[in-house]
Amino acid sequence: MSDNNSSEELETWISNFCGLYGHDYFVEVAPEFIEDDFNLTGLSSIVPFYREALDMILDFEPDKPISVSDLPLVQHSAELLYGLIHSRFILTKQGLQQMVDKYDKKQFGVCPRVYCESMPFLPIGRHDQPGVETVRLYCPSCFDLYLPNSSRYLNIDGAFFGTTFPGLFIKIFSEIDQQIKLRNKKQYELKIFGFKINEESQFGSRMKWLRKLPKTEKEFEELNNCQYEIPLDDEEDIEDEDENIDDDQEEDDDDVEMK
Amino acid sequence: MSKEEEYTSDSGSDFTEFWIDWFLGTKGNEYFVDIDVEYITDKFNLTGLYQEVEKIPQVIDVITDGLKIEELTDEEREILEFNARLLYGLIHSRYIITARGLTKMLEKYKNADFGYCSRVFCQLQHLLPVGLSDTTGVSAVKLYCPKCEDLYNPKSSRHSLIDGAFFGTSFPGMFLQAFPHLVPQHSTERYVPKIFGFNLHDYSKIARWQELQRIKLETSLINKGINTRNVPNGFKINNEENEIDDEIDGN
Repeated sequence: MSDNNSSEELETWISNFCGLYGHDYFVEVAPEFIEDDFNLTGLSSIVPFYREALDMILDFEPDKPISVSDLPLVQHSAELLYGLIHSRFILTKQGLQQMVDKYDKKQFGVCPRVYCESMPFLPIGRHDQPGVETVRLYCPSCFDLYLPNSSRYLNIDGAFFGTTFPGLFIKIFSEIDQQIKLRNKKQYELKIFGFKINEESQFGSRMKWLRKLPKTEKEFEELNNCQYEIPLDDEEDIEDEDENIDDDQEEDDDDVEMK
Repeated sequence: MSKEEEYTSDSGSDFTEFWIDWFLGTKGNEYFVDIDVEYITDKFNLTGLYQEVEKIPQVIDVITDGLKIEELTDEEREILEFNARLLYGLIHSRYIITARGLTKMLEKYKNADFGYCSRVFCQLQHLLPVGLSDTTGVSAVKLYCPKCEDLYNPKSSRHSLIDGAFFGTSFPGMFLQAFPHLVPQHSTERYVPKIFGFNLHDYSKIARWQELQRIKLETSLINKGINTRNVPNGFKINNEENEIDDEIDGN
């Protein structure tokens, strides 16, 4: 593992960290970004051994030597601190640029869904607090989340990428819209000997909505009605059927009406 | 069983392994099950395959270890081997939708031999192999997730070389009909991209519209007297779901 003698080896702590096995999702954070205290606001309260960890990341000689027993802890803190800085850095212009390079090289992998046609993934954390969940991958084509396909990414904290990154990324790089449009909008339907399975049957399709996109004019109109909430004319539908549904369902409807 | 005869006749040669065992043990063939020799030798099961594979009787001999491969030239052997793999695959797609074949595939499904769905909300649902076409050479094998009802590419590149026709288009449907208790509940959870905690409008709009489609489907099913909540092939609804769900179902 990296030590503070990296000044002799010419390899910085950061480049060493990013080169470690399974760390290929990380980009190298610019030292200037880390040196600016403003960018580190609030981190000192989350990370133990904050000062020592920061010195380690920046390859500074610590003020007082770190005792051998503390070294693993500082090492761990440095990784945590680097990860949290990383999640902030990738939202900056420079960071996004570095991430787009990785995205173009498909270094985060590609979506396994057949009709996404190898759409490159973007890394995401579902929580911004460290220690909650490991990193997940977002596919901009099917708007869905996937697990990394290799177990070597299963110890990387999702907070090191953060909840905001993919959203910001797709907003800023509008070329992605183009990439999505080129992709097949087909949906798979299970068939038996070429026959469709009736929706009413016990085995009928239930998940078509998940990948469905508006196509007809009527559907686009419907989409426009979804501007701020799910259109309420639906409520009438539910009321209509209410008569022949069990009590549970009726209670549900009361809730809707109250809202 | 004829297997025993084969074994004794074979024991003299270097090949002590059955062809089928060798085939199944080859790297990349983990998705296949072993087909009963009786099924292969029954001519009825081979109906229509004669146009696709040459010299079927000889090829069957290769699969059932009835042919001394050593006596052939390298070229002949190569062609026969290729045809044997092709024929095995084609019979395989028929065999796995028979009662015995389905049971063998069930075992593999339970062991997750076909892998897990990598979609986060499918929570490691086991997958089923499927072909997009019943003719060979059209597309490679794909994996069907019964939970999100979508199609995925195999994780490993060695599986993406297998012809989809060796599993057929009907297998997952037949499988789920044969084992209705295995039809999973479908998750209604969704993900919408956020920036600093705020949902992106365009994406929430689409998500709301899709949820509307789901509600429509659900109401029409309920109208027809079909239970859709927390039953097999129904929707799994938790209490602490996102707002959209809370609004529609209080339970």
